[in-house]
Amino acid sequence: MSGFKSNNKVVNWVEERLPIFSMMQHSAIDYPTPRNLNYWWNFGSLAAVMLIVMILTGLFLAMNYAANTAIAFDSVERIMRDVNYGWLLRYLHANGASMFFILVYIHIFRGLYYGSYKSPREILWFVGIAIFLAMMATGFMGYVLPWGQMSFWGATVITNLFSAFPLVGESIVTLLWGGFSVDNPTLNRFFALHFLLPFVIVGLVVIHVWALHTVKSNNPLGIDMKGPQDSLPFHPYYTIKDLFGIGVFMMFYLAFVFWAPNFFGEPDNYIPANPMVTPPHIVPEWYYLPFYAILRAFTMDIWIIPAKLQGVLAMFSAILILFALPWLDTSKVRSAKFRPLYRQFFWLFLADCLVLGYVGGKPAEGVLITVGQLCTAYYFGHFLVILPLLGLIEKPKPLPASIAQPVTKAAAILVALFIGLAGMSGEALASSGAGPALKKPDGGFSWEGVFGAHDKAALKRGWQVFHDVCANCHAMKLVSYRNLADIGFSADEIKVIAAEKEVQDGPNDEGAMFNRPARASDRIVPPFANEKAAQAANGGALPPDLSLMNKARTNGPYYVYSLMLGYEDAAPEGHPIPEGKMFNHYFPGNAISMPPPVMDDIVTYTDGTKATKEQIAKDVVTFLNWAAEPELDARKSMGVKVMIFLAGLTALMYALKRQIWKDVH
Amino acid sequence: MADQAHNAQPSSVDGQTRRDFLLYATSAVGVVGTGIALWPFVHSMNPAADTLALSTTDVDISAIKPGQSVTVVWRGKPVFVRHRLPEEIADAGKVDVASLREPQKDGDRAKKPEWLILVGVCTHLGCVPLGQKPADPKGEFGGWFCPCHGSHYDTSGRIRKGPAPANLPVPPYQFTSDTTVRIG
Repeated sequence: MSGFKSNNKVVNWVEERLPIFSMMQHSAIDYPTPRNLNYWWNFGSLAAVMLIVMILTGLFLAMNYAANTAIAFDSVERIMRDVNYGWLLRYLHANGASMFFILVYIHIFRGLYYGSYKSPREILWFVGIAIFLAMMATGFMGYVLPWGQMSFWGATVITNLFSAFPLVGESIVTLLWGGFSVDNPTLNRFFALHFLLPFVIVGLVVIHVWALHTVKSNNPLGIDMKGPQDSLPFHPYYTIKDLFGIGVFMMFYLAFVFWAPNFFGEPDNYIPANPMVTPPHIVPEWYYLPFYAILRAFTMDIWIIPAKLQGVLAMFSAILILFALPWLDTSKVRSAKFRPLYRQFFWLFLADCLVLGYVGGKPAEGVLITVGQLCTAYYFGHFLVILPLLGLIEKPKPLPASIAQPVTKAAAILVALFIGLAGMSGEALASSGAGPALKKPDGGFSWEGVFGAHDKAALKRGWQVFHDVCANCHAMKLVSYRNLADIGFSADEIKVIAAEKEVQDGPNDEGAMFNRPARASDRIVPPFANEKAAQAANGGALPPDLSLMNKARTNGPYYVYSLMLGYEDAAPEGHPIPEGKMFNHYFPGNAISMPPPVMDDIVTYTDGTKATKEQIAKDVVTFLNWAAEPELDARKSMGVKVMIFLAGLTALMYALKRQIWKDVH
Repeated sequence: MADQAHNAQPSSVDGQTRRDFLLYATSAVGVVGTGIALWPFVHSMNPAADTLALSTTDVDISAIKPGQSVTVVWRGKPVFVRHRLPEEIADAGKVDVASLREPQKDGDRAKKPEWLILVGVCTHLGCVPLGQKPADPKGEFGGWFCPCHGSHYDTSGRIRKGPAPANLPVPPYQFTSDTTVRIG
């Protein structure tokens, strides 16, 4: 730190009183970094960037979010529909959580592969695990805030984990809830903690970097830097390399935000929380799945320890065991590059974690239970048996004398990994829909694909069908009449449409409530005064609100399209249907209360389109998709511009990186 | 790049220029991009679409007798609707406009002379002036008096004395019938 000198008097004046410039010089510019770091070393700085993005988007979301069970769900939808760029902030935040975990998991496995947890980096590793634990807590509580079905039931299941502990368990759960079930006090405290914990993570990251700069970075060879010839100053070599990595990563991240924003989410979370009904298949967010599988792997009471407690203990142990890793791994050699046996077991362990993740995302039935149990056994076996023994039997390859070899490119591996990851999740998504294959309309839906947008004419026709047919039973509470301007109605037309219905207003000067014609600023007036009235008028079945229908079902648009066309006049042999219900191929359980909603010429289109039932179904699904994702057109067109920009910027950063590094290679 | 590596020696000056160019180009594009990316965050703090959509208020003025005032809510702020007496209108018209802090003719502030409609927020620091209720102090000019820092408004809502810099603003409004006014 003593070497700092500046010609600027102001800088010197500050420096003498607060040595901030020498600190920056020391830790961000001169910091000696091994010259052979590969691209796997980018993920630490990427995670730091992601943390900043999460805090920023979270801060601005918090300005519009209301942590009250009565309005939390609607306040999130208001962010999506009414707040300027609210959809962008929310999708950045929701997908950002998944990105953060992807980055951190890669960062952790990088550490496992190259032995970054070994002496003298144990405390660096501990702080990293603490960050991981804080992230899991933050992510879990954040997922509760939208107050959808998965939020509510996720909160219920995870808090109930603590009930497994003998004697104090129930009291802990009551304390966590602040009541006798997950309810408003729970939501309030989760919001407060969800806001606090990211700043705790920032503090831990500072300690993490402090520890790193004390012991210096590990490197792919796992040997210590022996002199200046082995290192490079952090700036400009690794600043530009990190920036280039950020550019590539941003394109990956934003591709989800702009084109598949609900890829990592669950459709059920677009259904408002209902404490009376658990969704048939509840799963945690994907980043908890391996641990969820371990939790479920214990099914037999052993001695006095019930299965439930075993599962909970095992799940916590699965993370806490990482604290003991520096001593469980008995090998003196760090990098797997020189450990032929460990290298194979590393990949086996990675595969084991991926299989656990897969099992955790599937219903606990059949062979998967056994698979989950075997993988759990292997998970712990890896740490408790394989690693201690490997250090004793393995013959490491000779280590090089110094960090000589130039960097090998891992970018190709990275790209392959990302593609593989996306493919795997996509496959999981596609295979998750049980039941018959869904129908697809001729020519597909207009909004599919990178450049797809809602077809304006179909939207207007769809509105006509909704208005004339659907709206007799179904509400659409999240959409206001003024929103119809988006699909091409003029202000005057909207006034006329709104004025068809009456809404209650008041009290007037006499203190009485009165009815007045609806205005453009009112929500679409529901057909029934309340849910009970809707049920009473529909034989006990509640016609669901259609605002989010296309997002609240797996493959929503196709599901709704198929459902409308999936009726049979009579139930097929062997599929008895209760009295008063209809048979539908696509409805879960096949017995649906809604009579066939579309038939040929049930409406007469004002634009002259022939009203076949397929056409009607396609149009109304288009309208419902707009109702669920009114931001879609703006989202995709912004995405195209952002991607073109990022591609250019990243190309520039790559060229600059090549230029800066050319004398090193 | 490979070619350059071969003859690094003669092209080092050229390489420096190339590096500078790349550095400036990348920095410029990066800074511009970051700047643009901040806009959605800032803009999210502006009024949302549903807030903007609620920007009209209908007022039934049939029950307001001459000399009476009512206060209605428009965009979360009080709006004064005053049914002025002939003498109040006359007072407001007599003033030498040039002597006012914010010169405005009374005729420019009321579409119908008997109806004065104002945003009831003092232009000094945002308090609600007194003068709506019969017992309220109305200030030295018979209009409104802001108790926070002593601003006096006349029967046209114009600032006459005290620290406020401007007249009470007139919101956009129109008479939708003889008995109703739509503010906003």
